[in-house]
Amino acid sequence: MKFVDEFRDPAAARALVKSITRLAADDEFKFMEVCGGHTHTIYRHGLEHILPPGIELVHGPGCPVCVIPMGRVDDAMWLAEQPDIIFTTFGDMMRVPGSKGSLLDAKARGADVRFVYSPLDALKVALDNPTKHVVFFAVGFETTAPSSAVTLVRAKQLGVQNFSMFCNHVTIIPPIRAILESPDLRLSGFLGPGHVSTVIGTRPYRFVPQVYRKPLVVAGFEPLDILATVHMLLQQIRDGRCEVENQYGRVVREEGNLQALKLLAETMELRPHFEWRGLGFISQSALKINDAYADFDAEERFSMPGIRVADPKACQCGEVLKGVLKPWECKVFGTACTPETPIGTCMVSPEGACAAYYNFGRMHREAANMIGETAGV
Amino acid sequence: MTSQAAASHVDRENRMLLKIEEFRKRRPRLIDELVTLAHGAGGKSSAALTDNVFVEAFRNPELEQLGDAAVLTLPSGERLAFSTDSFVVQPIEFPGGTIGHLAVHGTVNDLAVSGAVPQWLSAGFVIEEGFEISRLRSLVADMRSAADAAGVQIVTGDTKVVAKGAADGLYINTTGVGVIPAGRRLGAPMVRPGDRLLVSGTLGDHGMAVMLARGDLAIEADIVSDTAPVHQLVEALLAAAPDTRWMRDATRGGLGTVANELAQTAGVGVIIDEAALPVLPQVLGACDMLGIDPLYVANEGKFVAVVPADQAAAAVEALRDTPGGEQSAVIGQVVETPVGMVALRTPLGGSRMVDMLVGDPLPRIC
Repeated sequence: MKFVDEFRDPAAARALVKSITRLAADDEFKFMEVCGGHTHTIYRHGLEHILPPGIELVHGPGCPVCVIPMGRVDDAMWLAEQPDIIFTTFGDMMRVPGSKGSLLDAKARGADVRFVYSPLDALKVALDNPTKHVVFFAVGFETTAPSSAVTLVRAKQLGVQNFSMFCNHVTIIPPIRAILESPDLRLSGFLGPGHVSTVIGTRPYRFVPQVYRKPLVVAGFEPLDILATVHMLLQQIRDGRCEVENQYGRVVREEGNLQALKLLAETMELRPHFEWRGLGFISQSALKINDAYADFDAEERFSMPGIRVADPKACQCGEVLKGVLKPWECKVFGTACTPETPIGTCMVSPEGACAAYYNFGRMHREAANMIGETAGV
Repeated sequence: MTSQAAASHVDRENRMLLKIEEFRKRRPRLIDELVTLAHGAGGKSSAALTDNVFVEAFRNPELEQLGDAAVLTLPSGERLAFSTDSFVVQPIEFPGGTIGHLAVHGTVNDLAVSGAVPQWLSAGFVIEEGFEISRLRSLVADMRSAADAAGVQIVTGDTKVVAKGAADGLYINTTGVGVIPAGRRLGAPMVRPGDRLLVSGTLGDHGMAVMLARGDLAIEADIVSDTAPVHQLVEALLAAAPDTRWMRDATRGGLGTVANELAQTAGVGVIIDEAALPVLPQVLGACDMLGIDPLYVANEGKFVAVVPADQAAAAVEALRDTPGGEQSAVIGQVVETPVGMVALRTPLGGSRMVDMLVGDPLPRIC
């Protein structure tokens, strides 16, 4: 494959790594990439192994699939198995295990579960199937929430009667704060989430340097974006600065996307608290459909069981999501919990730290270095 | 972390990785109660189903090879390759071909990569009530022209019609027989460290063409299925590289899955060079957009071969001189360790594992 574009240029990468190695010297740094998309890029391009050994990248809580608690998956399955329901969701959610299997199992048992690429597609399914009620299982951070908001507005405009949304949208700032408050982890700085920031902008992160004295650089998703961000973080530390910077300026604006934020404010409101897989309840960390759109709120239309289900005892997703444990340090990693038989959500999504490590990173450092250095075939 | 603590950390990680490798070498377990779509996707779940249900029941030495085709020895000493495949593609017609082309090419290619010269096919049809005869006629004409091009005859067949809703339009099964010329020895035991891995052309065209043809992705790209017979390419390769060790057509599960099967059955490691992979820019673009790795996308006219290092250049040259092989390339090499594993060297000088496909390649959500 020829990656001719400027974000995957090997020569530019080598120059950055050289400069990073010089800045890092013999010191040790621990940077957290908040977003699962970054975790995926880091593993997919083998970036961990080309950074100097003193730089450790810690994977954060920003994988939207990974943070959905089991009880919510059980509710989704309950909904999917109600009569005359077409249940729609993003592909990744199909394999997330609840306490009685996954949506893929519900589908095999006869439930009409379909995966869609956008909530607007789900609305289209509703328009095409007027005799059925179509539910969309909405998950994701501020990245995907605006598309749910657009869909709600559109559904209302069209006066659709047979469509509702099971809203599980979450917000990025509260878990970052929770991690900064956690005594378990000593971080040198953050790679800020790129896609979320296109919506919320860079201002909401100011508390990270101001209150907690950690630098944060909003990062893009190409391999060179990640390397450039690590470089910017090190430069801040070496300059004695501590601030929010934006590496992803080609997409992210300081003020964010005002139109998307307006749509969110129009259709949704903050929940007082929401349960996060492995992290427990975090206050004001999720969105709920507001009263003006209550007709489209599956939680209002159906009396779901809403039972809180404890995570499996063996699963240490919480520690992995907080960056306290590396994926391989979890007791069940790679043996009882694998991508084909996941116990925890981190093993399901390709953006989950465990799945990324299992699929891409499961390699001795020496072997990895040997392969990286082997001359081209 | 002190350097001593760091060293013990790396040590612990390495021990954990060894434990996982031991675990992976065990036979795939089948713990599901129902068949799900993942069991049909050509990855680990498919392997578990095949191993635990079919091989378990039918056990015999020919089947247990689990090759693209069974190799059967006649009392006269002549060897036959024997293979079957069912086709359920949706949509039935797609850019670059139809289910008719696919039904012939799929089986012909399974025979060809087993070293056989494909000769005869059977064709079984399961047709949904209400299917248009003119459309059926046109699809059957596609089969005829594909068979003519591949030099095979369709010599027996069967037709079943099921009630509306009991099948989705049309399913076709083909079974094929080919004769393996005397002296040809292909197989995983022949593979040696130092050998080179090559592909006969661009990767991922078929899978992406069909995925986009379904129309629910709202992506338009000029991507055409590569469905084609590979028998001429195979003959050209074997003439130029007579010590060719092993071949496989990279259908469902793509190159990634095929390379893993190689590493596991031959007991070797495989290193793939990402920069050397031939992937069309429009396929790469569509894959990037959908969060799908082209390594796992299906091909229908491409095979992977292992040849000795000193015959690799001649092999690629011969393939490039044969129609359909213009984009063939050496993409990697066989190494002694890590046994049973496939690693990929990225253009940035990084490296990562390439595992077998798990489930359908579902797109990421953000």
